[in-house]
Amino acid sequence: MSSTWLVVLIVGAFTVSFKAAGPVLLAGRQLPPRLISAFELLAPSLLAALVVTQSLGGKDGIVLDGRLVGLGAAAIAIWLRAPLIVVVVVAALATALVRLL
Amino acid sequence: MRDSHLEGLKRIAPVTPASASFGIAFGILATSVGMGTLAPIVMSATTFAGSAQFAAASVLDDGGSIAAAVIAAVLLNLRYLAVSIAIADAFDGSRLRRFFESQLIVDESWAVAQRGGGRIDRRVLVAAGLLLYPCWVGATALGVFGGGLLGKPERFGLDAAFPALFLALLVSVVKTRREAAAAIAGGAVALVLLPFARPGVPVIAAAAVCLVGLRKR
Repeated sequence: MSSTWLVVLIVGAFTVSFKAAGPVLLAGRQLPPRLISAFELLAPSLLAALVVTQSLGGKDGIVLDGRLVGLGAAAIAIWLRAPLIVVVVVAALATALVRLL
Repeated sequence: MRDSHLEGLKRIAPVTPASASFGIAFGILATSVGMGTLAPIVMSATTFAGSAQFAAASVLDDGGSIAAAVIAAVLLNLRYLAVSIAIADAFDGSRLRRFFESQLIVDESWAVAQRGGGRIDRRVLVAAGLLLYPCWVGATALGVFGGGLLGKPERFGLDAAFPALFLALLVSVVKTRREAAAAIAGGAVALVLLPFARPGVPVIAAAAVCLVGLRKR
């Protein structure tokens, strides 16, 4: 088997099992209350981390580029209570504009 | 179709074009690094997680070993284990149904399904995932079979669409001081680790921040 297919199959098997683990094995089962209270914080901490890695992450660790301007524009749109689609479009437009200049 | 299904489609629609354009980009990259035509499409259909797929393809491109490519992608996807356990109780129905619905968990579908307080709306997640999945797989095929005409998604600023989506959803889930503290801590951990840790590690470490909530309040 070629190395490409090995990578595709192994990564696929891991990812499918990661995603399935909770819903297939634990669904309907009550988790310990303390664990639930910890998981309440997963969304804020994980979303914040995704904002950081998706706006600054690059080949050599931190890369500062047009995405930051896009994120700033998005922040203003969010602050103005713009709908999600506007927030996303504003971010892309601002970033594209910076790269055009 | 229920209201929450419609809600899921409506919420995911804004990032669908960005997601599709990265699917095309993945197809192009994968073919250019010699992954062939079928393997990239199978990878999109099974792994269905952009960042890990890009990571695996670029490690192969840099001449890295199979193990290095697998480790990079698996580390990036490890967050899905935490997410899947955290939202497990939102899923019901037969085992098979739960299995297939769980495969629709991606950052974007999970993010738009947030209802606050650590809970998610499963129907919103499933509807969003059902829209993203064919777009992602179809776009990969398009990239593989010569979608090079479109130009890089970065040119159109589409890479900024994802942090913008996550920021908007972050703002909407942070309601209490405890959640705000978790967001700041998670962001700080990711920022500190980003320059030197392997890709995927900053996000996993930030996700682990929520375990601070284990101690008694």
